[in-house]
Amino acid sequence: MSQATQDTAIRTGRVTRTLIYLVLLLFGLFYLLPLYVMLVNSVKPLEEITGGGMMNLPQVFTIEPWLKAWSSAQIGVDPTGLKPYFWNSIKMVVPAVIVSTILGALNGYVLTKWRFKYDTILFGLMLFACFIPFQIVLIPMARMLGIIGLAGTTWGLALVHVVYGIGFTTLYFRNYYAVFPTELIRAAQIDGAGFFQIFWRILLPSSGPIAVVSIIWQFTNIWNDFLFGASFADANSQPMTVALNNLVQSSTGVKEYNVHFAGAILAAMPTLLVYIVAGRYFVRGLMAGSVKG
Amino acid sequence: MAVSADADFKTRLQNWIPKLVLSPSIAMMTVFVYGFILFSVYLSFTDSRILPTFGWVGWENYDKLWRLSHWETSLINMGIFASLYIVICTCIGLGLAIFLDQKIRGEGLLRPIYLYPMALSFIVTGTAWKWFLDPGIGLENVMQTWGWESFEFDWIKDRNFAIYTVVLAAVWQTSGFVMAMFLAGLRGIDNEILRAAQMDGASNWNLYRRIIIPQLRPAFLSAFVILSHLAIKTFDLVIALTGGGPGRATELPATFMYSYTFTRNQMGIGAASATIMLMTIAAIMIPYLYAELREKR
Repeated sequence: MSQATQDTAIRTGRVTRTLIYLVLLLFGLFYLLPLYVMLVNSVKPLEEITGGGMMNLPQVFTIEPWLKAWSSAQIGVDPTGLKPYFWNSIKMVVPAVIVSTILGALNGYVLTKWRFKYDTILFGLMLFACFIPFQIVLIPMARMLGIIGLAGTTWGLALVHVVYGIGFTTLYFRNYYAVFPTELIRAAQIDGAGFFQIFWRILLPSSGPIAVVSIIWQFTNIWNDFLFGASFADANSQPMTVALNNLVQSSTGVKEYNVHFAGAILAAMPTLLVYIVAGRYFVRGLMAGSVKG
Repeated sequence: MAVSADADFKTRLQNWIPKLVLSPSIAMMTVFVYGFILFSVYLSFTDSRILPTFGWVGWENYDKLWRLSHWETSLINMGIFASLYIVICTCIGLGLAIFLDQKIRGEGLLRPIYLYPMALSFIVTGTAWKWFLDPGIGLENVMQTWGWESFEFDWIKDRNFAIYTVVLAAVWQTSGFVMAMFLAGLRGIDNEILRAAQMDGASNWNLYRRIIIPQLRPAFLSAFVILSHLAIKTFDLVIALTGGGPGRATELPATFMYSYTFTRNQMGIGAASATIMLMTIAAIMIPYLYAELREKR
């Protein structure tokens, strides 16, 4: 998506413009509403919420719900809070993002600069793998993780995310390297540079932007995943999303809405921060996954 | 001699390295994607219950599946959900993109606000909307405390309306993304044609209807493909928002598959439903990917 604002030739009158601004602002409020609700209610005592003040700013400000969501809320059998699950997510996300991005870069390099017969079909098969409904692989994957001894571990989850993530990372690097001048590669080859030298010295130094796109995309997707976490993790390896769902759905005791909201923000925080810092790259990744070119 | 043999080995190695580098990904894909798909499809023809077993039962699971009212419910829900979700997202996305394209001051601020829900987990979205729509503490309660005593909004607890709350939350999450797709399309339109049409006295309405929107066809296609694929895969949102309930009012094929496979111990039927989901997505994605990759050559 081009970030530059291109001027449209369309001209609009004053009344129309006011209406347009009004609609745009209303939609802005619509998108911000749930975030506002989560934020204000995560710093209120429970009585303020149950008393019908969901939309109000807090009368009594408290960070108690945050502390409770983080370190003492009942999740599953233990009152551990979301903290251990946050670390589970980190342990799953970091290796999966690194490995899938490296593989994607190498695949993209081979598929554009060392082309062979049927490489496009191969790429198509890789790409289709990103779009399958993952229900179709749940049963054999659960078995496979058991066989290789990774069932119920964050390593197992990381492996799963690498496998189903390389299609997208390959797509990013392939599209990026496709427009990289092949003559440079040929010239380096004539000078005697090998496969890895060319990659390391010529392509990699200019791959910064697309690497950021790939890392952010993978980070967001893997962090936000629920299906694989719910299917393959045991109580000690569940990621943040699964723990949050357990927290919110638990039927025992009083529903502590403020703790739920604080937990939801904690689960959303990492991806939200990445979006605020590098949203441009996230959107680029999003667009590359839909409208190519 | 030794030198040339060595050089020969080196060139041959150079020829093999690219394929060698690609091979881990190819191996993973073959086993974990296509191998697993075959395995699941095979399981859908077996008597598997708690664990995979290999007694062949032919089409029995599919027969049973299509006679289950639970499956019928989830398909009807999918029909309602997918059509509303796709249509509403497309309308909002296109509308916002057109509005944002009018040299709007503050576009740089609004665009990220429209898009940030895409960075959130569906579980977070589900949690936020679940309590916001809850009649006990959410919107209904707020309106009543504000003085609108007769205000009622309990769709999330109502069997006949709960599916629309799933639509609402899903639209909230992805319509900004659709906006970005259309905006990219709008920014690619040649202004010269528009100016020429303006000279001929075309109104804005006609410019959009006759010239601009027809040119957005690729964006419409992408939006449709991406949205329908997201709709069929919708799982987390339902789990977090309604848990499939009240009753079965918001069950979708993805939640059906999950509960039949992992909690009801009907793995054969679960696999059959997963196979049908895969076929549906394949019918949409394969022609699209084929066309996209062909253009590139």
